[in-house]
Amino acid sequence: MNYEPVIGLEVHVQLKTKSKLFCSCSTEFGAEGNSHTCPVCLGWPGSLPVLNELALKLGIKVGLALNCKVAERLKFDRKNYFYPDLPKAYQISQFDMPVNGKGELLIETKTADGKMIERKIGVTRAHLEEDAGKLLHEGIMDGSLVDYNRGGIPLLEIVSEPDLRSPQEAYDYLTALKAILQYVEVSDCDMEKGSLRCDANVSVRPVGQEKFGTKVEIKNLNSFKMVQKAIQYEIERQTEACENGEAIVQETRLWNDVKQTTFSMRSKEEAHDYRYFPEPDLVPFTLSREAVEELRKTLPELPRERAKRFIQEFGLSDYDAYVLVQEKKIAEYFESCIREGANAKLASNWIQNELLSLLNAKNNTIEDCLVSPHALAGLIRLVEQGTISGKSAKEVLQEMAATGKAADGIVKEKGLVQVSDTGLIEKAVEKAIAANPTAVAEFKAGKQKALGAIVGMVMKETGGKANPKVVNEILCQKLK
Amino acid sequence: MTDFCALTLREAIEVAKKDGAQPVLDAFAKRAAELNPKLNAFLRFDDRIPPTRCDMGTLPLAGVPISIKDNLCIDGREVTCASKILAKHVPPYDATVITKLKTAGATLFGQCNMDEFAFGSSCETSAFGPCKNPWDLSRVPGGSSGGSAASVAADMTLAALGSDTGGSIRQPAALCGVVGVKPTYGRVSRYGLIAFGSSFDQIGPITKTVEDSAILLNILCGHDSKDSTSSPEKVPDFTQALKRDVKGLRIGLPKEYFIAGIDPEVEKSVRAAAEIYKKLGAEIKTISLPHTEHSVAVYYIVAVAEASSNLGRFDGVEYGLRVPSKDLREMYFETRDQGFGQEAKRRILLGTFVLSAGYYEAYYLKGQKVRTLIRQDFEKAFKEVDVILSPTSPTPAFKIGEKAADPIAMYLSDIFTIPANLAGIPAMSIPCGFTSGGLPIGMQLMARPFDESTMLRAAYAFEQEVGVYKKKPAL
Repeated sequence: MNYEPVIGLEVHVQLKTKSKLFCSCSTEFGAEGNSHTCPVCLGWPGSLPVLNELALKLGIKVGLALNCKVAERLKFDRKNYFYPDLPKAYQISQFDMPVNGKGELLIETKTADGKMIERKIGVTRAHLEEDAGKLLHEGIMDGSLVDYNRGGIPLLEIVSEPDLRSPQEAYDYLTALKAILQYVEVSDCDMEKGSLRCDANVSVRPVGQEKFGTKVEIKNLNSFKMVQKAIQYEIERQTEACENGEAIVQETRLWNDVKQTTFSMRSKEEAHDYRYFPEPDLVPFTLSREAVEELRKTLPELPRERAKRFIQEFGLSDYDAYVLVQEKKIAEYFESCIREGANAKLASNWIQNELLSLLNAKNNTIEDCLVSPHALAGLIRLVEQGTISGKSAKEVLQEMAATGKAADGIVKEKGLVQVSDTGLIEKAVEKAIAANPTAVAEFKAGKQKALGAIVGMVMKETGGKANPKVVNEILCQKLK
Repeated sequence: MTDFCALTLREAIEVAKKDGAQPVLDAFAKRAAELNPKLNAFLRFDDRIPPTRCDMGTLPLAGVPISIKDNLCIDGREVTCASKILAKHVPPYDATVITKLKTAGATLFGQCNMDEFAFGSSCETSAFGPCKNPWDLSRVPGGSSGGSAASVAADMTLAALGSDTGGSIRQPAALCGVVGVKPTYGRVSRYGLIAFGSSFDQIGPITKTVEDSAILLNILCGHDSKDSTSSPEKVPDFTQALKRDVKGLRIGLPKEYFIAGIDPEVEKSVRAAAEIYKKLGAEIKTISLPHTEHSVAVYYIVAVAEASSNLGRFDGVEYGLRVPSKDLREMYFETRDQGFGQEAKRRILLGTFVLSAGYYEAYYLKGQKVRTLIRQDFEKAFKEVDVILSPTSPTPAFKIGEKAADPIAMYLSDIFTIPANLAGIPAMSIPCGFTSGGLPIGMQLMARPFDESTMLRAAYAFEQEVGVYKKKPAL
């Protein structure tokens, strides 16, 4: 029997506010332990929460970008459970009236046979809640420590419908979602810093069966690649179990990245009864439609719209366009290059193939890049005009990235200007032909490769600066 | 020589403005030291005037001593909610009402005994021993703000703050023969009040006279950006409201509040009060609040649900008691087992149960629906009358231990006070007479949301006519 996976993702994203969701403490990352705390986010007896309006606005903006139905009435609930990172023993969250209801996300994904297709993934809800603190176990002999700096930072939990059908789709969904969150400027989406976290719900069912199989929740996924790998592992594990006639146990499993496996954390029986009830310390209120529409007006051009525009305006391929728009900063960089007069297709190629790999190699982002869009456009122009060869250009780009100097300066400094002077090249070609009768004979006998020796000598003669295109043309003429 | 302790708040402020607060404070320090071993009204008291406040005399409260229920956070002072789990707990901040009192020039004096976490109607559930009724030391002062009411009644303090979730200001005020006001929900900021039932809790004054309550309400009320449930409603000068008489005021007597089981002397006294109002020109009407009988049940579902969640934070991790144990789970169990008293445990269990999966709809949700019905009862009634008059408590002060073993009997002593908390309306208790055995009887006045003025006006007119408050317990 063939099995198909059914996957849903729960993404927690920290909203980029200066202060926490219910108090005025700073949300800055990496501060000294418990330095960004107050009676409210420490849950001291008697303290009360006050909603951060900016967090609410950012949350709604995400909802609008995901085409969610934004709630008319806003309410918070308490989710009760005991854990040392949760100082009040309840998390203020939203239970039955999330700020954002049903929505959807269109993603570009590759099928198993490599075809690009568009898929619509349903968004169940996206609600506001407060983050918990962080437990520290390492290097502590007796017990654990708690850092509440993270406690109370605003989170938006975005829950997808079980619409994803492969680990690749899950990966592409996350990529598309992250792009939207970055475009709307609501979050850093930095998984390493924990500002974006993802849990995956995975089940399998026989192909053709409508009813879902028993689902398993996977936690501790710290990168999109890990999400993809853990889902892949889980699909294989569950499929194998089904094939062996074993029942899947509803449980929460953790991904072990060292062993590359998932393992059981707790079963359904051990699951918490969160005893949700309306948070009495925050009064429900109405969200005016005007305010929501005002927020809609502030939404920027979203990744898909931008990709479509790139295809139309600049004639990029679908693939190039979607790759370029995934990172907002890269898309902006690309557009700046074009404003600086660069050829769009060349700019797209140079950014994707050369610039990004240079940056990646040094673990830099486009924001750290010393090559300004103006400078890259300059380099591209030199290549386009034939002033330097493509090969030299790569060398020049490396130098630009390292020093921040402009292309023409480096080209002059290193003497990389191509010789396109036909008179000069002609002389060198004639000299080379005269010096290589054997090669000439071989070429005339049909051996194309023999030409290499002659070209090599021409290049040597011109100090490697001869424009290869011109050399070839002249050589072919002479040997005709 | 003036007996400073016998002064009302207003009188004491006048004295302090003229001669400074020190003589007044000295007198109270002496009396509190003398009487507290007998009454156990204060868990601790401290009458040191902060040295920086040399301008005391120009401030509204002029440095006079006010006492505070021990569930209100005071920066740098121990605050325990009369619970072992918070013994030695020192809050790092002031409750908003404490800031307001300090700004108004109060000297924070005693910290008053109470039922543990305000769970009780007798002050017997205090982890630090019961407080006693100044009128009869074998009887309870009521609760949960028993220490606040007893200390005011015994002239150990000029006035005190209490908190009222289901009658915790009014019932002890009635049982101790003093004035106690529960303002409209949202009138006074709850920031810094250690929560019991967050959608019910209100802070209010317990004083010797209605005028004293009005003076304190002027200081305590008002919107607070730190409490999202506090109301932006304008705060009038409550002392001005006292100047009007009650001619033409429509006063309702709810028939559901005069039921079997009510002490005949209490009923007689409250009915006599209605006659006095008539004499003063008010109009007395019998009204109906048909859902009253469900009040106690609804309250013990919704309030304990909130309480069970509010008390989750006392887990031994950050503050308060921690019983060292072999692992986290056992630490939670041991800390909460040893830290909480019987009644607290009972309410945590009840609250946890009514919120549990499978029971939530049947209890919590239904409770909330009935709560709406009770609120509507009042809305309807206030179309016919301006103020509602009833007994505060069905009985006068009962014996210590009398109801301790019977939680239901104890819960029923709040039967007349709970509805106002369910509806969020203002309510107060004032002394209206004494039993033949010499125990104080209190009557309750309730009014429309944010109409404390009319309520205070009615209370003041009666008080001035009858003068019950002038009688003091023999101590």
